[in-house]
Amino acid sequence: MSGRRARQARDLAMTLLCGAAVVVALAPLASLLWLVIARGLPGLSPTFFVARPAPVGEPGGGVGNAIVGTLFMVGLASLIAVPIGIGAGVFLAERGDGPLGRAVRFTADVLGGVPSIVVGIVAYAVLVIPMRRFSALAGGLALAILMVPTLARASEEFVRLVPSALREASLALGVPAWRTSLRVVLRTALGGIVTAALLAVARAAGETAPLLFTALNNQYWNVRPDQPTASLTVQIFNYAISPYPQWHAQAWSAALVLLLLVGLLNLLARLASRDRVREGGA
Amino acid sequence: MPALVEPAPPRTKLAVEGLEAWFGATRALHQVSLSVPERSVLAVIGPSGCGKSTFIRCLNRMHELVPGARATGRVLLDGEDLYSGAVDPVELRRRVGMVFQRPNPFPTLSVAENVLAGFLLNGAHGDRREVMERCLRQAALWDEVKDRLHASPLSLSGGQQQRLCIARALAIEPEVLLMDEPASALDPIATAKLEELIHELKARYTIVIVTHNLQQAARASEYTAFFYLGELVEVGRTDQIFTTPRSTRTEDYVTGKFG
Repeated sequence: MSGRRARQARDLAMTLLCGAAVVVALAPLASLLWLVIARGLPGLSPTFFVARPAPVGEPGGGVGNAIVGTLFMVGLASLIAVPIGIGAGVFLAERGDGPLGRAVRFTADVLGGVPSIVVGIVAYAVLVIPMRRFSALAGGLALAILMVPTLARASEEFVRLVPSALREASLALGVPAWRTSLRVVLRTALGGIVTAALLAVARAAGETAPLLFTALNNQYWNVRPDQPTASLTVQIFNYAISPYPQWHAQAWSAALVLLLLVGLLNLLARLASRDRVREGGA
Repeated sequence: MPALVEPAPPRTKLAVEGLEAWFGATRALHQVSLSVPERSVLAVIGPSGCGKSTFIRCLNRMHELVPGARATGRVLLDGEDLYSGAVDPVELRRRVGMVFQRPNPFPTLSVAENVLAGFLLNGAHGDRREVMERCLRQAALWDEVKDRLHASPLSLSGGQQQRLCIARALAIEPEVLLMDEPASALDPIATAKLEELIHELKARYTIVIVTHNLQQAARASEYTAFFYLGELVEVGRTDQIFTTPRSTRTEDYVTGKFG
């Protein structure tokens, strides 16, 4: 009977330990959310979403131009990164067993581990110096370089998940291999790839370092790719390091807006993947 | 000269001469030669791993899609050598349809779109409702799915999915239909329906069916080929193979002494 007691005691101890680990893991997240909401919410108003920054001392002001700038640059980055990333992923999954595939996979893995500030320097050297100006294009390129490796490896994984029976079914109907890749394999993997793309976009929207000296910042509205452009992250950075309490409050509110934006993208990604599961399980 | 009462000998649809199939350095088929008359059913039997599936995958050049796989020898379809280099495997697969061991409908297409997948995936558009209905009727599936043509094929039962795959293969109007253990994932009732279907289809198509089920081979085919360890041991009329086999190995297999 003592054996049973000891077993139950060990069971209880492990349960408590695991529960404590969960609490420790969730505490930073909860405190982060609490802090951002508590400090950011008072500054939120409809004008905060549509106005551009106000000078120190003037009431009002917002991050409307920074929201547009972030969306604009993430959009530019997606235009560059999504076709390249998905194309590379399909290549890796379908033809990636040779030396070229191994080289591409290795490159993607190394590129995925490059610190984002280094990617920013590369974009600075490649675009900002020759163009002699900070620009949304340079910011978008830096974000795109960050997105490509994650997109490529995620797409590869999702394409590999497509059963080879479907590929064979298509080939046996006299559908050429390239059409099979495009219309059967890619189509079947699409739900997963959309999820991966949305997560990559969400990650890019939260990047600060690569934008600091590529897109710089802008106090005005801008949707021209060759001009300096505001972004939520750099705006938060600038506000946070300023000496003015009013700007600190704006930084908290802008952080809340960024959190909402990224949260929304994650939610969309979850919805996309849930649709895929439903489709598969019906 | 005898009177002209004897039926003309059936025309040969498929002829295989000295076929060898390889996976890398491993030889999976040794010098296989046989012929299949037009509008008949050839059953391919033998224990697991004897090369049955490899054999029929050589008939529509699906075998070579496996990395490192190749085939040598001649496979003549209406007298034309499929391995001569002049035949495009993509075109060939539209003439030689295939049904696989496990039902594999396209999950992203509807039931109706699955039937027409051979057209849709090749970029052909246009209204083919008649083709779709005819193929579903031929596959004995129309009455069961006519009210849910736009549903997901995954909502069908396994047997229905397999008949959907047969309808899909019929829609591209092949001359030969290859079936790789089409009933192995089906229950007895679905299997009976499938055999009935094969019986009807042979009026129009030449069929080669791989099966593990000897009763099925005996019921559904006119000709039977027995493979063992990559070799064609014996081929002949099904009744002869099952009643008076020439080889003792065939006899042992069909009487259940091994396999």
